[in-house]
Parts: sequence; C-alpha cells; structure tokens
Amino acid sequence: MDLIETALAILASGLRLAIPLLCACLAGLYSERSGVVDIGLEGKMLAAAFGATVAALSTGSAYAGLAVGMATAVVLALIHGYAAITQRGNQIVSGMAINMLAAGLTALLGNVWYREGGRTPSLEGAARFNPITLPGTETLADVPVLGPFWRLVVSGHPLPVYLALAAVPLTWFLLYRTRWGLRLRAVGENPAAVDTAGISVPRIRYSAMLATGVLCGLGGTYLAVAQAASFLPHITAGKGFIALAALIFAKWRPVQALGACLLFGLLDAVAIRLQGVALPGIGQVPVQAIQALPYVLTVILLAGFVGRAIPPKAIGVPYVKER
Amino acid sequence: MTDQGTAAPAIMLTGIDKRFGTVHANKAIDLVVAKGTIHGIIGENGAGKSTLMSILYGFYEADSGTIAVNGRTVRIRSSADAIALGIGMVHQHFMLVETMTVAENVLLGAEGSGLIAARLDHARAEIARLGRDYGLIVDPDAVVGELSVGLQQRVEIIKALYRGAEILILDEPTGVLTPAEATQLFEVLGELRRQGRTILIITHKLKEIMAITDAVSVMRRGAMVAHRTTAETSVAELAELMVGRAMTQPERPASAAPGQPLLVVAGLSVRDSRGVTRVTDVSFAVSAGEIVGIAGVSGNGQSELVEAIAGIIRPSAGTISVAGHRLTNADDAASLRGYGLAHVPEDRHRMGLVTAFPAWENILLGHHAEARYGTGLLIDRAATLTDTAGRMNAFDVRPDNPHLKMANFSGGNQQKLVIAREIGAAPQVLIVAQPTRGVDIGAIAFIHDQLLAMKAAGKAILLVSVELDEIFALSDRIAVMCGGRLVGIRDTNATDQNEIGLMMAGVERAA
Repeated sequence: MDLIETALAILASGLRLAIPLLCACLAGLYSERSGVVDIGLEGKMLAAAFGATVAALSTGSAYAGLAVGMATAVVLALIHGYAAITQRGNQIVSGMAINMLAAGLTALLGNVWYREGGRTPSLEGAARFNPITLPGTETLADVPVLGPFWRLVVSGHPLPVYLALAAVPLTWFLLYRTRWGLRLRAVGENPAAVDTAGISVPRIRYSAMLATGVLCGLGGTYLAVAQAASFLPHITAGKGFIALAALIFAKWRPVQALGACLLFGLLDAVAIRLQGVALPGIGQVPVQAIQALPYVLTVILLAGFVGRAIPPKAIGVPYVKER
Repeated sequence: MTDQGTAAPAIMLTGIDKRFGTVHANKAIDLVVAKGTIHGIIGENGAGKSTLMSILYGFYEADSGTIAVNGRTVRIRSSADAIALGIGMVHQHFMLVETMTVAENVLLGAEGSGLIAARLDHARAEIARLGRDYGLIVDPDAVVGELSVGLQQRVEIIKALYRGAEILILDEPTGVLTPAEATQLFEVLGELRRQGRTILIITHKLKEIMAITDAVSVMRRGAMVAHRTTAETSVAELAELMVGRAMTQPERPASAAPGQPLLVVAGLSVRDSRGVTRVTDVSFAVSAGEIVGIAGVSGNGQSELVEAIAGIIRPSAGTISVAGHRLTNADDAASLRGYGLAHVPEDRHRMGLVTAFPAWENILLGHHAEARYGTGLLIDRAATLTDTAGRMNAFDVRPDNPHLKMANFSGGNQQKLVIAREIGAAPQVLIVAQPTRGVDIGAIAFIHDQLLAMKAAGKAILLVSVELDEIFALSDRIAVMCGGRLVGIRDTNATDQNEIGLMMAGVERAA
C-alpha cells in the first residue's frame, strides 16, 4: 500500500512538473505549425510569471494574475510576430532577444519594486491558485488503488493544471477539425499555397502567435501563482527550451506533445525523489547527477528514439511573394 | 453561354504596365481572350508572361492599365478578388500542401464554414463529380506529396474548378509531364472548353500551341508583339515572332565513325541517402565524337545516374570508367576532373553556381588550385578577372561584367557561364544534365552549338534532358530510362518520338 502511495505521489508530482512544459510545448506548436520558429517560449513564460505575480500581489486575485500573465505573454508574442512576420526578420534572433529581455527586465523590476533580490513576496489565500478537490474524492476514499489515484493524481491540482490539460483536446480539435486549423497547418507547410488560395498569410500567423502567447501566459502563471507562490528570478529554469525538445519529440502533434511532456515531467519527479536516496549497488548518487538525468535522457531520446521528425516545411522562413 | 458570338470577351487587358525597380516587366500590354476558347501566350523566358498572369491573378497589381472580365472593368488586388471573379490559376510550381490530402488541399481557402468535417465530405463528392465530368480522376484521400506530378497537376485544376473558375490560367503546364500525361491534360482542357470555360495557357513549346489553342499571343521583352489565330499561323512564324529574328534549326552533323569509348558504365546501381534504389543495373558507353542522350520523365533515376558518374554519390554496384580510368571509392569530383571529366549539373542554382558570388569567383569554383589562377596561397585576381572576361566573351555571357553578382544574370546567361567553366576546362568527357532548363531560345541555340562543336572535336558527351526535342536534335544515340532502369538504346536515325515516348512510359517494343 505504501509502495502504491509512493508511486502515485511520484506520478502526481510528475504531472504537476509536466504542466509548464505542456503549456510551452502547445504554445510552440501553434507558432511553429504556422511556420514561425519560437525559441522565445522561455522568455514569454518568465515574463508572464512575473506579470502574473505582480498582478496577483497587487489585486489579491489569482484570476487577475492569470489575465495579466496571459496579456504579458501575448504582448511579447506579438512583438515576436511583428519582427518575424511583418518585418521578416530573423526568428532566432528575435526569439533570443525576447528571452534576454524577459530575464533582465523581470529581475530588474522585481528588485526595484520589492527589494528582495528579484524575488517577490509570497502569494497567499485568494492571490494564489489553490488545489481543487474534485467531487468523488470522498466517495472513492476507501476504494483501493482507485481511491488514492483519484485523490493524488486526478484531484487536488490548482485550476491551471486542468486548463492546460484541457488545452490538449482543444488544440487537437482546432488543428484538425476547423477551418482555422486547416489554414494554420497549410501556412506552415506552403504559405504560397495559402496566399494563392486568397487567404492572408500574416493574419493566420498573427492569430497563431496569439494562441502561443495565451498558452505561455498560462504556463508562466502556473509556475509562479500556483506552484511556487511567488516569483523567483529564472523561475522557468529552461522549461521553454525543454518544451521545444518535447515538441520535436511529439513531431508537432498535440496528443503526442502531452505524452512527451508527461514523460519529461515524470523523469523530473523521479529525479527529485531519488535525491539523497542510496541506490542498491551504487550507493548515494550525487544530487547533480540525478538532476542531470532528465536532460541526459532528453538528449538520448531525441537522438535515438524519435525517428525522423519532419518539421513544418516553411518553418523559420519569412513569407515573401516571389518577384 | 449560348451566345458566344456576341458575348463580351472573357478577359480584356488594356495598357497593362508593370515595373519592378528598373525592370520594365510589362509594357502597355493589350490582350483580348474570347469566351470559351483556349488562348496561348508564348514568349521566351523573361518576356513577361508570368508577370502578366500574376497581375491577372491578383498576385501583383499593375502600375497602370485596366482589366475587364466578361465586359466589366474590375480591380484585382488579391488572389481572393481573382477567385471571386471566377479566375483560377494552375501555377508552374504547384501551390499544394504536400502533407495534406487531396480533399484538404481542395478545401483550403474555400471552406465555407468554421468546422470542416462536413465540408470535407462535400469536397470529396465534388472531386468525384469533377472526375466523372472531365476525366480528372484522383483519390480525394490520397496525401498530395505521394502523388505523381501529373496527378498533382490534376489536383491544382480541381482546386480551381471547385472554386467555380470559369477562366483557367495554366503556367507552363506540360514542363513536368510525360507525353502521355500531356495528351491527357489536353483532353481535359478540350472538355473544359466544350463546356464553355475559357483557358489561358502559357508555354514556350510551340507544338503545344499549334495543337490545342484557338488563338495565340506572342510576348517579347515585356511587350505584346503579335496576336494570331492559331489556324492561320505556323511554328516558324511564331518562333520568329518570339525571338525577333528568323531561327535556323541546327543541323545535326552526321555521326562520324565513333572513336574509342571514353565513358563506360557497366552494371551500375545507385541507392539514395534513404537506401532506396534509384538506378538499377545500367550499362552503356559513350565514345569519342558521340553524343548519347538519356531521355526519361524527370525522377526516373537520371539525376542519380549523373551524380554517380560525376563522383557526387557512390554507386552501390557496378563500375564506371572515364577515359580509361576505372573509378574507385577514392575518386571524387576533383580527381575526376583530373581524368578529363566535366559536369554541367541539372540544377545550376543548387549545384552549379554560388549565386551570391560574382561571376569571376564562380569561374574559379573547382578550378581554384590551377596554376593559371595563381600559385601558393593567394588567388591571382588580375589573371582570374582577365580569364573570366575572356570566357564571358567567348560564351556570349551578357552582360560581360566579371564583377556582377551571379544572381543578377538571367537564367540563360547563368547557364552559359557554367558551360563556359566546364567546357573551358577542355574535358574529354562532358556530362550535361538539362542544359537548357529555364533558358531562352537564343541561348538554347548557342548552347546546342557549343555541344555540337565539342562533339566535332572528338569529345564524348552524355546528355540528360527531359526535353525530347533537345534529345533528338543533338544525340547520335538515345538511351531511355524508366523506373531507374535503362529501357533501351536506339540510334536516333532509326527511331522516332513515338517509340521513345512509349519507352519513357516503360514499354519496350520488340524491335
């Protein structure tokens, strides 16, 4: 029973760790499916985390935090869009600029406003997204396995977790069942085909950037306003980049993206659990080695087990009508 | 549709003018296309045909001039405007999303509602109906990237018809088709005309113009130079109008007694980077003073065969000998050059030139180590420039400015520079792939003359081309490839385009 509890606890922790990855991964999916490379996911999440925390602190409402977090990321996404779509600039440079801008600006403003070395005060009460207990937890409490599973893994997460999970089927539906999705998929493959079909290429790409911003905002808000309950400098810790790896792993498909992010989240959770534990035959493994495990596995998985991941054909190429 | 005689013309262009910077692409173009006819527009590359059609399809807007569709003056500011007016276009480079199905491609931009499931069913039904009505049969659920080029073209036509196109523009539609596929296309176009639709076809192939059009307009250097009724003109007249002077067909010199075999290929097989066998057991020889042409629809192993002979990819089986040297795995393009082999690659932009470099640096490519371009670490710039200028002169590359960036030359002049570099190295064996692709008629004649001169000088030439006319005009013998195999080799004098066309489709007729 104890073993099951432990396993379920790791599973639940893996799920929570996967959520920011999932948000960034889906955000990247919209952007890259439209043909815009976005290495600025990290920066957008970081800025969103900061914006959300500031708003939650000053209004006392986590929902206001979420709104401001999303708005912050959307603004940055549109800046990236302006550089990449309208000005046809280099998308890597623009994405990197957003990362640096976000890292510098959040640390600077945090320090100036709160004088705690870039941290913000803690969020409490309604200013934070608190765990939601789903109906059925009581009823199932005594059922073996299913009871703890419901209590630990399914129930007991803050709202952004459920929003992020809901974004997976929503993204699938938008992508494969709607006109907008058809056009989005087409514009990332052959924008000229979209243009000659009488559809505006920039309009579709900008709408994709909007979706990217909203999801980065959700991810950043979750990190600060739900998980950490305050903003810390570099709170995103490279998740925006790992998400890009997960996106390739998932071959730019939403359901597979969920799988990839859950895998990475689970690896993270296992790594945390293994810290300080003496493994049979090996002894105590240095913390750093354990912490590196998810990244090492990421490299191995990406190098060997993904097979050919063919990106959208027009990715990274600004659309210019040929002369 | 019944009063065709009195109806307003489907398209009337008046005084269309368009400049791109200093380039005057269209000069005061007038054009009248009658309803329910097939109207051809011919002209050399760069004559302004594609620009004119792009203006009609809303890709560009004209600087001045008016467009009238069905007698009504209109402004076409985008492709969406053109589609709304019933104009559809089949582009030379297909505007298809290769990862999507036929139905999804047809639906794109004409979805009609936010959710697409029901609309996809509608598109499937429509594709089936168009298949029945016009012989445009294609599986609506096939992924476009997996279809042959001919079928992809059908999808493009279906796309236009699905949008209700009454006027269909086709840009160089037969460039990528087999003779049989081209014939099918013409049948479809004929059927469309019977049902009252108007077709505008851009091509540089005069035979096609003669075969299917009702009227033809000729463009030269951005201007419309003549309008003719097809029945009242001839290939010779059209060619002359296109080029602006009388054309003489180069006489293929009688084959001299072939000399020593200089290029011998035996049992050659080639796999591509994905491990797919592209060339299977190909054997042939090219002798001194001989041109052997390789005919075939593009994508049947010709590119891989050429790359294997040129030392770019290694064959998986078989042997190649160049001027008596049997090639080994240690040989590469540089050592082959030492044996006397020169290669004019099929795609000059991808393999023949660095378009961001000036002409003189392109002349150096592959020959930079030769003493005439300088010894030691440094390039002798003055000597290279003199050499480049001399070659540009000899090979009629215009403008003859060695400092001009390669990208700023026209296709024909780029190709002439590649040929100047390769023939200038005085090779024993010359491999030329698609020597006149995207090259205007004047330059074609010049390039053909150069190849014939090489032959007269006793060199061995392997010519790979998808243009049957070119193969027949130059080759002493014609080898046909289909599906990676050599279907057969014929003496040019003992065969005809029908037989070669059948062989290209994989039919080996019992001799």
